[in-house]
Amino acid sequence: MSKVSMRVNGRATSGEIEGRTLLVEYLRDTLSLTGTHVGCDTSQCGACVVHVDGQAIKACTMFAAEAEGAEVTTIEGMANADGSLNTIQQAFQDHHGLQCGFCTPGMVMSAAALLKDNPRPSEHEVRQYLEGNICRCTGYHNIVKAILAASGQDVSAIAAE
Amino acid sequence: MYAFEMERPETLADAVAALKDEEAQALGGGQTLIPTMKQRLAQPGRLISLAGIAEMKGIDSDDDGRLCIGGGTTHGAIAAQSDYPALAALASRIGDPAVRNRGTIGGSVANNDPSACYPAACLASNATIVTNAREIAADDFFLGMFTTALEEGEIVTEVRFPVPEAANYQKFAQPASRFPLVGVFVAKFSDGVRVAVTGASEGGVFRWSEAETALSDNFSAAALDDLNVSADGMISDLHGSGAYRAHLIKVMTGRAVTAAG
Repeated sequence: MSKVSMRVNGRATSGEIEGRTLLVEYLRDTLSLTGTHVGCDTSQCGACVVHVDGQAIKACTMFAAEAEGAEVTTIEGMANADGSLNTIQQAFQDHHGLQCGFCTPGMVMSAAALLKDNPRPSEHEVRQYLEGNICRCTGYHNIVKAILAASGQDVSAIAAE
Repeated sequence: MYAFEMERPETLADAVAALKDEEAQALGGGQTLIPTMKQRLAQPGRLISLAGIAEMKGIDSDDDGRLCIGGGTTHGAIAAQSDYPALAALASRIGDPAVRNRGTIGGSVANNDPSACYPAACLASNATIVTNAREIAADDFFLGMFTTALEEGEIVTEVRFPVPEAANYQKFAQPASRFPLVGVFVAKFSDGVRVAVTGASEGGVFRWSEAETALSDNFSAAALDDLNVSADGMISDLHGSGAYRAHLIKVMTGRAVTAAG
């Protein structure tokens, strides 16, 4: 066992971990931040996407020890300071961008990473960016719509399917 | 996965020293190695993470105009550079955005997956693979499926790419894995054309020399009309037969030539 320290959602954290402890295990099991989900554990599904030093990564495919000293943001750190949903989260609710909700934390984290680099993406760019996030409920349509809406674009012309 | 010790050296020298341990295995971005370890197909006693070595990251140009990419540079960073657009386009289609933010060119090249994209770019560009010990021409580096000229404990510190006059990479993606079923990188230099094929052969990445000769005379897809690739030695699996892959090589080479202009 060894000690790891990192800032998570702006708060200093530390814990005892093994070499093989994955970042997602540290977040969920050590810090009890269970918003980050493990869907496949094989870096396919994207339910575990978090930001490490501002970049979206799959927390099931990074060791916690490698995040030593890093600034980590999870879905728990996304709401506004007053606890209300942020723009992306609200757009997911407004546009029915989720059904069972299992993939949603990863979807929101990927969407946030996309909009940071590309504030007004095209529909194609959104779909391409979500290549590593799998949703088995929605058929993606309303997720894409929610992200476009969160970017401030008019989505009224996009038909519900 | 099995338990192991983790070390995080901050200098190349410390990493090289740590890798002298027989149990030690280098860890690049981990986007292949971590899933492999989860499946218990790899069982290193000690992992030496290269992620903290600043001197192995970044992109630069040398006096010969070559693009020099540190082994620890991520696919995402390579996709963002504009000095070698065909290489940026290749990097931008590896895996997905989150994978590209972790996976590194050094790790990919060292692993030499027969369906990886970078080996085709290295071979077609006549790149030089630089390690902590020596420089190796791409032609001498990729020796076969998951096999390279690297010695035990040797680290890919940099890859140097001569930038061609024109180049293009065409990837026929296997949609589940996003790896190429067949990928072809065509690079046109003042002294000739190089064509490298990944995903297709049981021997890993290879150069299609007949196409190189034909395209060096006439850089157009029509120059390939009379050529055919033999299905001998091509990978046959549930995604495609060897004959299908052989056919795709010609199709994707033609598309790459047309797109390169």
